[in-house]
Amino acid sequence: MFNDRSPIYLQIADGIKNDILSGTLREDEQVMSTNQYAAFYRINPATAAKGFAQLVDEGVLYKRRGIGMFVSPAAPGKLRAERRERFFAEALEPVLDEAERVGISVDEITHYLGSRR
Amino acid sequence: MIEMRGVTIRYGDTVAVDDVSLTLPTDKIYGLLGRNGSGKTSLLSALASYRRPSRGTVLVDGVEAFENPAIMRGTAFIRDTLDLNDSDRVRAALDVAGRLRPTWDAEYAHKLLDIFELDPRKRISALSRGQRSIVGVVLGLAARTPLTILDESYLGMDAVARTLFYRELLADYLAHPRTIIISTHLIEEVAELFERVVIMDRGRVLLHDETDALRGRGVTVTGPAEQVSAFATGHTVLGEQTLVGVRALTLDGRLDPDEIARGERAGLTFGPLGLQDLFVHLTSQRLEVSR
Repeated sequence: MFNDRSPIYLQIADGIKNDILSGTLREDEQVMSTNQYAAFYRINPATAAKGFAQLVDEGVLYKRRGIGMFVSPAAPGKLRAERRERFFAEALEPVLDEAERVGISVDEITHYLGSRR
Repeated sequence: MIEMRGVTIRYGDTVAVDDVSLTLPTDKIYGLLGRNGSGKTSLLSALASYRRPSRGTVLVDGVEAFENPAIMRGTAFIRDTLDLNDSDRVRAALDVAGRLRPTWDAEYAHKLLDIFELDPRKRISALSRGQRSIVGVVLGLAARTPLTILDESYLGMDAVARTLFYRELLADYLAHPRTIIISTHLIEEVAELFERVVIMDRGRVLLHDETDALRGRGVTVTGPAEQVSAFATGHTVLGEQTLVGVRALTLDGRLDPDEIARGERAGLTFGPLGLQDLFVHLTSQRLEVSR
């Protein structure tokens, strides 16, 4: 479930963001409590709490006192905008680097993309 | 809060624990890591007030812990030696533990025996190594003491029993938060349960940090020797390997994503360093030379 590349709390936050982007978690829907999350994924509850706190700080989740945490109505739009901004630098650039290493020209890539239209 | 202030433990000329000061906030799960002979058990004996330090003090909530009956009743220290009467049956050993500890939960102890499929009528002397570990874990968890210390006590268990143990440990901690300190060298499989880790090396505390902060802290860089060396400039090198022009360096510290992207464009490969590997690099003598 988790890898060694980054702290688990960041991986938790990313996982929940992905669930929101894919529509698995909807606006104003309640998310798992930190204890439920910790028990389910077998991690320390403090680590889970840190992941959720990060999402509250970023405005992705909001708290309702004594009830739990919910998906902010603005979260899907905001997350989508952020990911779109990062798409070219983080998703496309590595592809272009690899293409250059193996000798695939930009023309070939454009041609391929044209055929996918 | 549990505090060690300048604790030193000597056995004759040997210094097992060397002037350790450590502050442990309560109600967390700690992992204590260290090589054999690094002083883990001695440190834990002092924390559990089983041993008076040669120098220094251990304070629990500001009160001197050694020979303090209230603190002793609230402390469970489970060693792999178990410290039980060999001719007793498991059930009798649990009864004794229950009489010593006001927090003991007999029902939970029997539930745990069920989970681990251990017959309480068995004699301690007839237990296998794995079963002795189970008894240790049951004594530790069912004590529900504010301070629970498990010193390599579950290492005799097989993989299935260990998995059950991790699950029970977490579930019971969630229901009854308390301070739990676990020493182990099976780091990888249990690390996700530790909120903080303490790493000991030759009687001293080498590191005390959030477990999560150590994840992604180390990185390996592999590629043509010259490029790798150039990249490593300004970073702390924990280890290195060279093979016909290819060099792999282990670096300490978190790298900037931009830095990694630049390195990758230059033909370098990056890999994460697991907690176990980070521990090995930090506590291995040979590597210290190249530091």
